[in-house]
Amino acid sequence: MATPTPRRPRLAVWKFASCDGCQLSLLDCEDELLAVAGAVEIAYFLEATRATAPGPYDVSLVEGSITTAHDLRRLKTIRRRSKVLVTIGACATSGGIQALKSMADAGDYVRAVYAHPAFIRTLDTSTPIADHVPVDYELRGCPIDRGQLLHVLTALIQGRQPRLPNYAACVECKRAGVVCVMVAKGEPCLGPVTQAGCGALCPRVGRGCYGCFGPAEGMNTAALAAHLQTSRDHGGAGLDSAETRHRFHLFNANAPGFREEGQRHG
Amino acid sequence: MGAGQPNSGGSGEPGPVRLLGDGVAALMAVLRAAGREVIGPTVRDGAIVLRPLKRPDDLPRGWHDRQEAGLYRLDWEDRPTRFAHAAPAQGWKRVLHPPEACVGTAYRGGIASSAEGADAGPDGPCWAAPEASPPLRAFFGVRPCDLAALSVLDGILANPAAGYHDPAYARRRRDTLVVAADCASPAATCFCAGMGTGPGVGDSGFDVALTELVEGDAAVYLARAGSPAGAALLEAVEHRPASDAERAAATDQTVRATKAQTRALPADPRAILARATEHRHWADVAARCLACGTCTLACPTCFCATVEDATSLDGVTAARTRRWSSCFTEAFSYIHGGAVRGTRGARYRQWITHKLSAWYDQFGTSGCVGCGRCVTWCPVGIDITAEVAALSETRPSHRRRGPARRPVDGSATPRRRKDDPPAP
Ligand code: SF4
Ligand code: SF4
Ligand code: SF4
Ligand code: SF4
Repeated sequence: MATPTPRRPRLAVWKFASCDGCQLSLLDCEDELLAVAGAVEIAYFLEATRATAPGPYDVSLVEGSITTAHDLRRLKTIRRRSKVLVTIGACATSGGIQALKSMADAGDYVRAVYAHPAFIRTLDTSTPIADHVPVDYELRGCPIDRGQLLHVLTALIQGRQPRLPNYAACVECKRAGVVCVMVAKGEPCLGPVTQAGCGALCPRVGRGCYGCFGPAEGMNTAALAAHLQTSRDHGGAGLDSAETRHRFHLFNANAPGFREEGQRHG
Repeated sequence: MGAGQPNSGGSGEPGPVRLLGDGVAALMAVLRAAGREVIGPTVRDGAIVLRPLKRPDDLPRGWHDRQEAGLYRLDWEDRPTRFAHAAPAQGWKRVLHPPEACVGTAYRGGIASSAEGADAGPDGPCWAAPEASPPLRAFFGVRPCDLAALSVLDGILANPAAGYHDPAYARRRRDTLVVAADCASPAATCFCAGMGTGPGVGDSGFDVALTELVEGDAAVYLARAGSPAGAALLEAVEHRPASDAERAAATDQTVRATKAQTRALPADPRAILARATEHRHWADVAARCLACGTCTLACPTCFCATVEDATSLDGVTAARTRRWSSCFTEAFSYIHGGAVRGTRGARYRQWITHKLSAWYDQFGTSGCVGCGRCVTWCPVGIDITAEVAALSETRPSHRRRGPARRPVDGSATPRRRKDDPPAP
């Protein structure tokens, strides 16, 4: 129910299996940070403050993927206490790079990494937040784009619909006037199947897109994969099938479309 | 300055003149001295691109581009030519119809009196529109296909008589001086000859038209004026009337460039597309196309844009920005309830049908000038000329095996391609 007196929206920031990089993007909004802090009440954000107010929250930013049963219970509580839930980053939106374990024997990873595997209690999978609770908005990327984060927070504070493009990164690349690295240099680029939002960060510095923003709407991974394997003399990138798989099985290995395309190569 | 030849430029005889000394350097100097930003071809990140030029050495001397479907490479040889390249990576649309432009800013509670460029715009006193006076510019070394593209864009964005008018475009365009240059070395992707837009510069649409000829180990330039401003520009640089031999060399060069072109659209693509709305080939394109939008964004005449609003955190200002868009995005045809063109096949059909058919109905010309950019820069090398050729084949569109109408472009569910990604 609407609150009778105007008050600042209450913001909470949550972490699951992740590296903290996306939360840090918020702290990285140097110029705007004070304005954001002034416009919202930070109710829970361990990375930045000691605030641990119990909720309810107007906006919850959720970073990280679900890898333990305990996390799953915690997530459900957060969802119940949050009006709007926004997932931030590749881990939260697709399961992250750690979702590679979903495609392998997770036990092997545990034994390889931990001195005392017996103490580790973990699920066999790393899954996105949306697999478990309804999500209102998704911010893609590894890490997320600062500008997009501010855009979404601003829109939510103003009671406006955020605008998050779902088209391919190529659109932003062409707007930026970048010379296509795939056509002009034979660099493997996932831009044509990757959602825009980063402003073509990698092609701008001469690298192919790594696909960290995950699948774009309407994408055609099969045609791109075939092209990546075409020789450079014919406009392709000359990848072999393992290299093609690694391109798709990276930050968004578990994202629908990327997962299957990677699996087709190996 | 001025060599004082009576028959120069556009005032008297319209015949070409031969520029003396380094004519290109002289022209650039005059333009820059007149306070113009000179924009032209230069090498950047492995391609010829259009950027502001500071000096003649910024031009791509000795560079030659190799363009194929989905492939672009540059080669350098010790040659004097500066214009031995085909269409640069992006066209002049970037300058005149920028990829991102502020349309205006609204202020809650009225405009701040200090706001620069504040304009009592259509929405009253709280609206500030940007860039009332764009810089004076000269477009240098405009390829014939791009000259044709400028005229197509003018008909769409600066055509008040037809009711199409983008004031910002018109302002930028009005004060721009155009120095065009014949193409002597078309790329394999060029098909301007068939479109009637090149490879020689035609009779209009430019202020000055240049022809670059190689004499021994030097590049020399013939020039024609196409407007009073162009004539005045030529008056300001040293020249003499071109000799018959020089004129013949220019004509020969254009004939050779025409013959060198291997691609062409089939005759009457308009009729082909009109017959092809249900062609089975759309599904074939859909299997190859990535829906990345590159073809539309690289095309010098595609003009579609979207308008997006953003507010400041405190809600005091709202900025409205126009950004290039593409009919290959889902949002482009999104209406209440979903996208009209949900599939890649439907989107490819929209693009090619608009360019080569509906454009005539709308604007009285072809939307394609044959620059080949969509062919070269398509990441997977989809070739508009080959697609039209395939669409001209009158195979039965779909075998009708049952009472149900077959999908024409992969748009309905029955025949899902196995390589299609799951519906997002
Ligand atoms: S560099 Fe990558 S993102 Fe940019 S246009 Fe080429 S394929 Fe698309
Ligand atoms: S459709 Fe292709 S060839 Fe024709 S003008 Fe556009 S980019 Fe150039
Ligand atoms: S082809 Fe598409 S992007 Fe180009 S002008 Fe037509 S609708 Fe717009
Ligand atoms: S035809 Fe090529 S450039 Fe155009 S959307 Fe399809 S893949 Fe992209």
